[in-house]
Formats: sequence, structure tokens, C-alpha cells
Amino acid sequence: MANSISPHATHLQPQGWWRYFGFSIDHKVIGIQYLVTGFFFYLVGGVLAGMIRTELATPISDYLSREAYNEILTMHGTVMIFLWIVPVVNGAFGNYLVPFYVGARDMAFPRLNAVAFWMIPPAGILLIGSYFIGGAAQSGWTAYPPLSLTTPATGQVVWILSVLLLGGSSILGGINFIATILKLRRPGLKLMQLPMYCWAMLGTSILVVLSTPVLAGTLILLAFDIVAHTGFFNPVQGGNAVVYQHLFWFYSHPAVYIMVLPAFGLVSEILPVHARKPLFGYTTMVYSILAIVFLGLIVWAHHMFTSGTPPWMRLFFTIATSFIAVPTGIKFFNWLATLWGGKIALNSAMLFSCAFILNFVLGGITGVALAQVPFDIHVHDTYFVVAHFHYIVYGGTVFVIFASVYHWYPKFTGRLLNEPLGTLHFVLTFIGFNLCFGPQHWLGINGMPRRVSEYDPQFTLMNQVSSAGALLMAISTLPFLFNVIYSAFRGELAGDNPWRALTPEWLTSSPPPVENWHGPAPHVEHPYGYGMVDPA
Amino acid sequence: MTSLIPPSTAEHEAGAVLEEGHGDFRLFGLALFLVADGMTFAGLFAAYLTFRAVNPLPEGGIYELELLLPTLNTVLLVSSSFTFHRAARQLRLGEGAGCRRWLLITAALGAAFLASQMREYFTLPFGLTSNLFASTFYVLTGFHGLHVFLGVMLILIVWWQARAGGSINSQQHFGLEAAELYWHFVDGIWVVLYGIIYLL
Repeated sequence: MANSISPHATHLQPQGWWRYFGFSIDHKVIGIQYLVTGFFFYLVGGVLAGMIRTELATPISDYLSREAYNEILTMHGTVMIFLWIVPVVNGAFGNYLVPFYVGARDMAFPRLNAVAFWMIPPAGILLIGSYFIGGAAQSGWTAYPPLSLTTPATGQVVWILSVLLLGGSSILGGINFIATILKLRRPGLKLMQLPMYCWAMLGTSILVVLSTPVLAGTLILLAFDIVAHTGFFNPVQGGNAVVYQHLFWFYSHPAVYIMVLPAFGLVSEILPVHARKPLFGYTTMVYSILAIVFLGLIVWAHHMFTSGTPPWMRLFFTIATSFIAVPTGIKFFNWLATLWGGKIALNSAMLFSCAFILNFVLGGITGVALAQVPFDIHVHDTYFVVAHFHYIVYGGTVFVIFASVYHWYPKFTGRLLNEPLGTLHFVLTFIGFNLCFGPQHWLGINGMPRRVSEYDPQFTLMNQVSSAGALLMAISTLPFLFNVIYSAFRGELAGDNPWRALTPEWLTSSPPPVENWHGPAPHVEHPYGYGMVDPA
Repeated sequence: MTSLIPPSTAEHEAGAVLEEGHGDFRLFGLALFLVADGMTFAGLFAAYLTFRAVNPLPEGGIYELELLLPTLNTVLLVSSSFTFHRAARQLRLGEGAGCRRWLLITAALGAAFLASQMREYFTLPFGLTSNLFASTFYVLTGFHGLHVFLGVMLILIVWWQARAGGSINSQQHFGLEAAELYWHFVDGIWVVLYGIIYLL
């Protein structure tokens, strides 16, 4: 009987380009599959975002009906979260890097890994396909009842099926990461010697395994309400819509950490290499991740301060949420201290990483502000929340994804990305992003509600600035797309270790062989030993 | 758990053995999956308990259920955990026939549970959409019943694989251990469910 234990199974894997289109069980191939699929959905979600910003360029409803506008914003949120950020920042880089970091030849369950990836394309097709079978879901990515019970049912049910598939994929991936990191480490490799991204993935995977199933259960109840006309969340039938919010946010607040913790890990890998300094405060970084995982599970109701939550609940969730600023602040200062006095190479990877630190601290500060009940009630469901969220998830995670592509592209392909094009990409993205989302803070504080296609004419100017920023962001994708395609064929040859990095993935050829190492896996005791260890 | 090292490593030097093969982590993976599955139930339980605490039933709605059948069901399911354990022990002792007999008994207990639950469903005075409690009752017990059904199927598959010359024997028994862990999990969930739905 074939089983997943034999390390020689991967010898049977095909070698050519077509392996990226098949059921490969090589973790590196699966990582790239996640990355490219995710990027495709990023473009889809980006087009949807462009449609939103085009509609919002004027105060009146121009070319989209209100229903169509709601469909587009729902689709934009769902695609970006479940098909771009979560799969890429976990699945793509996690699958590619974690086996290297633990000194293994593959993930603990290679076949399960391929299954988890291949659940994503059908889910994406299902979600986008719902446009053509009676209209997509209209109730936002949160699908709050009773709204999700009164909007057209077909699109909502397809949306639920798609999110269930993606959640299942995420859980299977999380199980695989936990088993790989805890059980598959090279003998003698201690937990506290692991590169930081492993810790981030361990923390993230714990959140995935504990919280995603709750979302699954909740969506099953919601599906019953829609299809079988039960009344779990329908007040008309004696149900309770607030219970949905509790259960939904029990997943969806940790989901923010599922999107951002891996980015913390990735940036902790990139900064030391390009600053030629050890990662500052390794131990505090590890405990900060664990603290964020724990706190992340007990702060969900800060999304619900306007849902009739009792005062004691508001008090508890305000305090718990504010506490998250402590471990996050530790990480922020550790990154600054890593850069401090370093021999910084300001290449594209570093530019995106530094911009991440800036954007993230802005998003973090507005996050602490939003945790305070009086302020939250004032700006609830306004553009302030939209701005905060995008500063975390775009300014934070997406910037790190771009930094990571510049950093690891030579590992994936053996060729460097073009640096001037990378700088152009960075400048356009950075200006476009801040132009797009910066003014939305002002719009929110002044009372512009989110998820509405029309607005008061006094908000016109700031909305047009925001839309101009969105246009810049769209344009910024072009040099990047050209760069990754052109450099794959014509890019400068990188050699095995162009950054003279010390983490294990660079201690093999670029691109690496099927089972990662040409000989036994190297024993890396000091993945950040710059100034201590002589880079190969 | 046995460490499975492929025979081909014999030609490598001794130091490479640890690095080439690795232990069998499938039960660990399954345990993580059951944690996730348990969280699905935990979410549903939390919803049910909140509904009961804050949402009064409409006029004429009842929480009381017949206790006889579900108590019998609890006895059936808890004993099936013991019979499954017995089957696993027989297999380790090399008693293939004894193992298969105990597996069949376990599957029969599981099937009896399902039959008795069906009977309960058909005799209850409320349907799926009657009121909030009725809906929660059917979804919770139904979701658990689905797990029991899947478990019975797994036991029958393991029973077939444990035949003389089959893929499960006293040396190789991951399939049986996995089904057993799953079965104990489903059993434990039922005990909680029985407590909060029937006794509370």
C-alpha cells in the first residue's frame, strides 16, 4: 500500500513546467501553485476594487445599480481575503519555506497538501460563477443575517459553499504545518533555533485549526436558515442575529492574525538579510507571537460594540484588544532595532519591508483607537474602518507579499528580478496606497458610511483623491507583472545565494532539487548569525 | 506508534537513516483534525446554549424530550467504545478473527444507535422548523449522527481490511487505530451533547 511516509515518493514527480498544472506533491511546486493562483485572484479582486472606486468617483450612482454595487463589494472582500491573502501568505510561502526551515525534504503530509491546494480553484470558480447563476451574494464578506437572509438566496448559498471549501483547505493546511513544524524537524534542531517564519506559521496554524471550524459550523446554520427556512439567526422566527456575529467574529477576528502573523514572520526573515544584522530580540519575538495567538482568540466582540453588547462585555473586549498592542509593539520595536545601525541594502525587498513597518504602525494605531468604545461607536461602519482594515491588510500583508516575492524570486527561479522596475513598482504602490486609503480616515470620521454606492456631495473631493490613488495602484501592477514574466526568462542569473543569507533555504541550489538538499540537510543553529557566521 | 523506515535506506550510511525516513505522524494529524472537528461542535454548542439562555420559545414550545431512547443510545455508544478497544487489543495479540468479531459488534452498536435515533426523530412532536429549540436539536443531533454514520462505515472498511491477508494485521494497523480514535471522539461528543440537550 502506498503511503505518505516514504521520502522517495517525490522521485516519481514530473520535472517539466507542466508539473505546476498537475497533482504534484512537491511542497515547492505546491507553494508556487498557491502563489500564482493567489495572484490571479488578486488581479480579479483588484478589478472589482477598481469598479468600486470608479463608482465612488461621483456622489451619485453612475453605472452600477445598488444591487450590483453590493455584489461587487461582497465579491471583492471575499476574493481578496479567502483567495488571495490567506492562501498566499500561508499556503504559498508556508509550503515553500517551512520544510526548508525545519530541515525536511517535504511537508509532513505531502498528499494532503496537494488536496488542500486543489480545493482552492474549484472554490474560486464557484464563487465567481455565482455571477452567472442569478447573481452573486450581496451581503458583504461578513454575510450578517438578517441581510444575508433577505438578499437573493442562490448567490448567498454558493458563497457559503465556496467559503466552506476554502475553510476546509485552510484547516488541512494548518494541520500539515503544525505536524511539520512540531514533528518533522531535523534531529537536533531545537524549537528556539527555528527561523521566525516557522513560529509565525505555528501560531497561525493554531488559530486556523481552532477558529476556522467555528466559521464552518456558523455558515452551515446560516445555510439552514436560507435553504430549509429554520430561524437560527432570523429574529422574525424567534432566532438571534447577534449569535451569528459572535460566532462569525470568533473566526474572523483571528482571521486578521491568520493574514498578518505570517507577514510578521516573512518580514522578520527579510530584514536581517538586507540589513546584515541578527534579528533583534528573537525570544521576545517568539513570545509575542504566542501572546498574539492567545489574545487574538479572546477579542472578537470588539467588532460588535454597536450590537447591543452589555457594558461588562464592552469593558472586557476593550481591555483585551488594547493589550494586543503590547506584543505587536514589541515586534515593531524589534524590527526597528534590527535595522538600527545595519548595513542596509535599499533594494525592492527592503523598500517594501520598511513601508510595511510604516503602514502597519499607522493601521495598528487606528486599531487601538477602534478598540475604544466611544470612538468605535462614532466611526462604526464608516470609511474609517475601511481605512484601518486596508492599512493592516494591504499596507501590512500585501506589502510583505511583494517584499517576499522580490526576496525569494531568485530562490524560485534562479534569476533576480529587475531592480529599477522593482523600485518603480514600489514607488507607485506606496504613493497609490496612501493616496487611496489615507483620505478614507477623514471620510470616516466625518461620517461617510461604507458599503453604499452613493454619498453626500461634501465628500466628493476626498473620494476622487482616493479613486486616483486606486488608479495608481492598478498601474503599479503593470511593472510588477512585466518584471516577473520577463525576469523568468531574461533576468540576471542569481547564483545559489545572491543575498548571502544564512537561513536554510539558501544553503541549497536555486532553484532547489526535488527533495531540497543535494546531501543531508544542513544544521543551521544561527539562522540570523550575521557578523557571527561567515556566509557561504 | 511505530517508526517506519523504508528498507531502501539500508544502502545508505547509518547516520543518514534518521534523515531519510521519518516517523508516522498520521495519528497526530488525525488528532489535530479532531481538534478542529471538535471546535465545529463547540461553536454549535455555544450557539445552542446562548439560544437557550436568551431566546424564549414561542407559546407552546417545549424543551422536554423523552429520556428513555437517548439514555439507551448513550449506553450503546459508550459500550461501543469499549468493544472497539477490545478489538484493537485482540489485533495486537495477533487474534485476527477475534478482532473482526469485536469490530462487527462495534459496528452493530453504532447501527443500533442510528436506528434508535431515527425512531426518536419520527416520534417527536416537533419538526425541523417548528421553533428555535427544535431546529437546534435536529441540526446538533443530526450533525453528530452523520459522524456516527461515517464511523460505522469506517469500522466496516477496517473490518474488511482486517481479514486474513488484508492490509491490516498485527504489524500494520494505522487504519484501525485511526478509526478507533475517531470513534472515541464521536462517543465523547455524544456524552456532552446528551448532557446539554437532554439533561439540561
